[in-house]
Amino acid sequence: MRDLLQQLQRRAERRLPALTRYRRPERLPIELHRRRIYIVPTGFGLGFSVLLLVMLVGALNYSNNAGLLLTCLLGAASAASMLVTFRSLDGLRLGHLRAGHAVAGQPLELTLAFDSRRPRNAVRVDLGDSTVAFALDGHASALVKLALRTERRGWQPLPRLRVWSTWPLGLFRAWSWLHPEQSVLVWPRAEAAGPPPQARADDARQLRLHRGDELAALRDYRAGDPQRHVAWKASARHENLLVKDFEQPQSHPHWQLDWRQLGGLDDEARIARLARWLNEAQAQRRHYSLWLPGNEIPGGSGPLHYARCMNALAQLP
Amino acid sequence: MTPRRPRPPSERPIDTRAFDLLSLTMALVLGLHSPHLPWWLTVALALMLGWRWWQRRQRVGRVPRWLKLPLLALLTAAVIVQYGNIFGRAPGTALAVGLLILKLLETEVARDVRVGISFACFALMAALLFDQGLVATVVVALGLLPALATLRALEPGQLPAPSLPRALLPALALTAAALPLALLAFLLVPRLSSPLWGAPARDQARTGLSDSMTPGNFTELLTDDHPAMRVSFDGAPPAPDQRYFRAYVMWHFDGRSWRRPDPRYAPPRPPAPLEVASSAQYRISLQPTRRRVLPMLDVPLQAPAQAALQADREVMADRPVNDPLSYVGRSALRYRLQPELDERSRRLGLSLPAGFNPRTHALAAQWRQRYGSDDAAIVQAALALFHDGGFRYTLAPAPLGRDSVDDFLFGTHEGFCEHYSSAFTVLMRAAGIPARVVTGYQGGYWNKLGDYLLVRYSDAHAWSEVWLAGRGWVRVDPTGAVRPERVSLGAAAAAGDQLAWYRHDWLQGLRNRWDIVNRWWDQGVIGFDALRQRGLLTPFGIRDADTATLGVLLAISGVLFVAIGLAWALLRRQPRDPLRGALRELERKLSRHGVARRPAEGPQHFLSRAARALPGQRDELTALMRSYLELRYAHDEPPTEPLRAFQHAVRDFRIVAVVK
Repeated sequence: MRDLLQQLQRRAERRLPALTRYRRPERLPIELHRRRIYIVPTGFGLGFSVLLLVMLVGALNYSNNAGLLLTCLLGAASAASMLVTFRSLDGLRLGHLRAGHAVAGQPLELTLAFDSRRPRNAVRVDLGDSTVAFALDGHASALVKLALRTERRGWQPLPRLRVWSTWPLGLFRAWSWLHPEQSVLVWPRAEAAGPPPQARADDARQLRLHRGDELAALRDYRAGDPQRHVAWKASARHENLLVKDFEQPQSHPHWQLDWRQLGGLDDEARIARLARWLNEAQAQRRHYSLWLPGNEIPGGSGPLHYARCMNALAQLP
Repeated sequence: MTPRRPRPPSERPIDTRAFDLLSLTMALVLGLHSPHLPWWLTVALALMLGWRWWQRRQRVGRVPRWLKLPLLALLTAAVIVQYGNIFGRAPGTALAVGLLILKLLETEVARDVRVGISFACFALMAALLFDQGLVATVVVALGLLPALATLRALEPGQLPAPSLPRALLPALALTAAALPLALLAFLLVPRLSSPLWGAPARDQARTGLSDSMTPGNFTELLTDDHPAMRVSFDGAPPAPDQRYFRAYVMWHFDGRSWRRPDPRYAPPRPPAPLEVASSAQYRISLQPTRRRVLPMLDVPLQAPAQAALQADREVMADRPVNDPLSYVGRSALRYRLQPELDERSRRLGLSLPAGFNPRTHALAAQWRQRYGSDDAAIVQAALALFHDGGFRYTLAPAPLGRDSVDDFLFGTHEGFCEHYSSAFTVLMRAAGIPARVVTGYQGGYWNKLGDYLLVRYSDAHAWSEVWLAGRGWVRVDPTGAVRPERVSLGAAAAAGDQLAWYRHDWLQGLRNRWDIVNRWWDQGVIGFDALRQRGLLTPFGIRDADTATLGVLLAISGVLFVAIGLAWALLRRQPRDPLRGALRELERKLSRHGVARRPAEGPQHFLSRAARALPGQRDELTALMRSYLELRYAHDEPPTEPLRAFQHAVRDFRIVAVVK
């Protein structure tokens, strides 16, 4: 039944583009306006209108004019709430969105920045099965974090998002579709276990001093330096904090991760293995470089380097 | 342990604010219904509500089932014990209010709250079945506010909630905005000309006058200060001593009580002939009485529509008056009623039960002997007796024995209108003058602001009519002989300080002013029936608008309101650019000193030019230019704080004339 409905919907979207104009991908920013906001009564709204009808017939039957007035007031307030519902979406703007990093199969964090010129309450965004509610105070934009389900590595187009609201009374539900024309990059999943990378013969040359026990020099404090490395006595004589720089022979050799080394495997297995190596290298704070067909990334370390390598892996054909 | 799935939002427990608002709504409903619930039920339900509120503050969770089911059974049993069944308006309402409070016990998620609020709205309307006065209606309408606020509080993802009283404000705004549409719908929703199912008995109607009279049974009525009817006259109102409103005429006396002839046995007769010297026309709005009698100014000339004039010029409506009724009457002020008395009426007008009141008979015989055939002299003698015989007007007279008239005339000497009219009529009959008792209302308060006469139940009165040859039935008010103020000022004044505190003058004045509002409400809102609705469009040339016309009108005006609402909903204010506004202000200041911005001049060029032209302000202007350029071009939107600083700087910017 549900499949049939979705099939019907897809066909309708293909045949009647005008009907679904606002469901196709479009560029940010997207501002909601009356042509793309739909509104229907909720189940509670339908029940409530039945109640109003009962009250109306009762008041008329007993020719109780005070009751009739009350019923009319309640009915009119419900009708007015429909406009408020509409207004809670009208003029809402999705300014930009930011995607986090995620490995295929794990949820990817999307951050949507909504803004509006007036305060809004109880706006909700649906992505898949999850719903997030948020409010806007009319000044700052609201950052809404959503979890996007991922399956495969590579570029994944953003799905259609539904923005909806039943504010203020829950009698009506207004909704609109947001389909940002944007894709997110999903990193490949690493294999669970496998051999370590083969160290090259020339790795020995790469040995260099780093972070040892011997005091090499004093340098300026940088954010993130451990507190116990601060040279307090020396710092007292200077304007800036000084930090003791230690060196030691690097125990981990430089890794040269190479696509060509993994000759016996198919492409996806190679990618999975390289991803695992990258993870290990990152965890062990190694210095590493990556060679991929058509893309050679020189040696480096740190999260940016890691992201660069993973992005390159993810984008392999 | 298996991981528990997070509950979907619809099944998450509601927050404290929503529950507080829901409890407030329920408390209001209970309070509105408390006047007609048995007191012990009100107290029990209030305790239950309070306990549940406290309990949920301690711990979120439903009340266990073993507690809920017995409570439900107990409630049903209590209602059956009190009322005998669970159907009908009073038991039904008691049950509904009880169920509503019980619903609170199991309310934990949004769905429960929605059901509870819908039910509460219905219960609010049910309160109006008992009292549809102005105050009750306004209070019930205010009860919608916490209900709507509760629904609002259910929505997730809101801005930080304001305090509880301020949480009601948006609901008030919504209701206020809805008021015009509600009034329009109220005017145009087609009324039913006859109910779809049995209309309920209206016991909110006060009984008013009874069609029999036993001296002493008016006491309750005479202390009831509620309005009975309101009379507006075409032209000047009649003098206070002519403000008698005739309801019942009573012929039969059994020694204690006066009765009307039983309409089942009395053959219908044409109204007694009436010769009119002067008349008055007026409109009466009568409060519901559940009786058929329509009080008319003494003596009515004709009956209003859907009513009939009886033989003794009483007016009876075709149906009991269950709703406020408004009718037009015409009455004779100076008249001769039934100049020729037929034999049957004469016999009826002289009959007295045998073996009662011997001393009264003796006194009447003595007068007859003294005055011969001069009936008018006997009437005067009787009035003189009441006036000079040591009689006292009181609302709490001593009880009377078997010979009630003898006891009153020769014993207690105290009573009010019923005693005087009864005794007087018996005296007249004993003396051979046909006489009868008439009950109705006398006096009333003339409301100068509203230009109408307000008659309260406490203005109920009884007087006598005697038949004199050549003059017909003549109204004689023996109470007036004892206490002339009763006739000129009303029962309240006559009773002096025997009245409750709330009937003192200064409060009475307030109450009379307040009555104008009530009258407007009763006539304009409560009395707006199918008939009035049909006449609604007469000023617009539609005579007798039928249901279809009203429906079309309702649809058209509904569309109109929707259009207005949509215009509001679609209204998009152009975003104001505060930075641009500030620059404009600066331009105005500079142009006053001869530095006007040219049409095609950018802000940087213009401000540099201004700095050169006004060397005294060079530094200031350069700083302003820098900050403008940064605000405008360094960000998408100018950040708030620097923007404000810029606005202040522009405001404080002064050009000091440089002396060269």
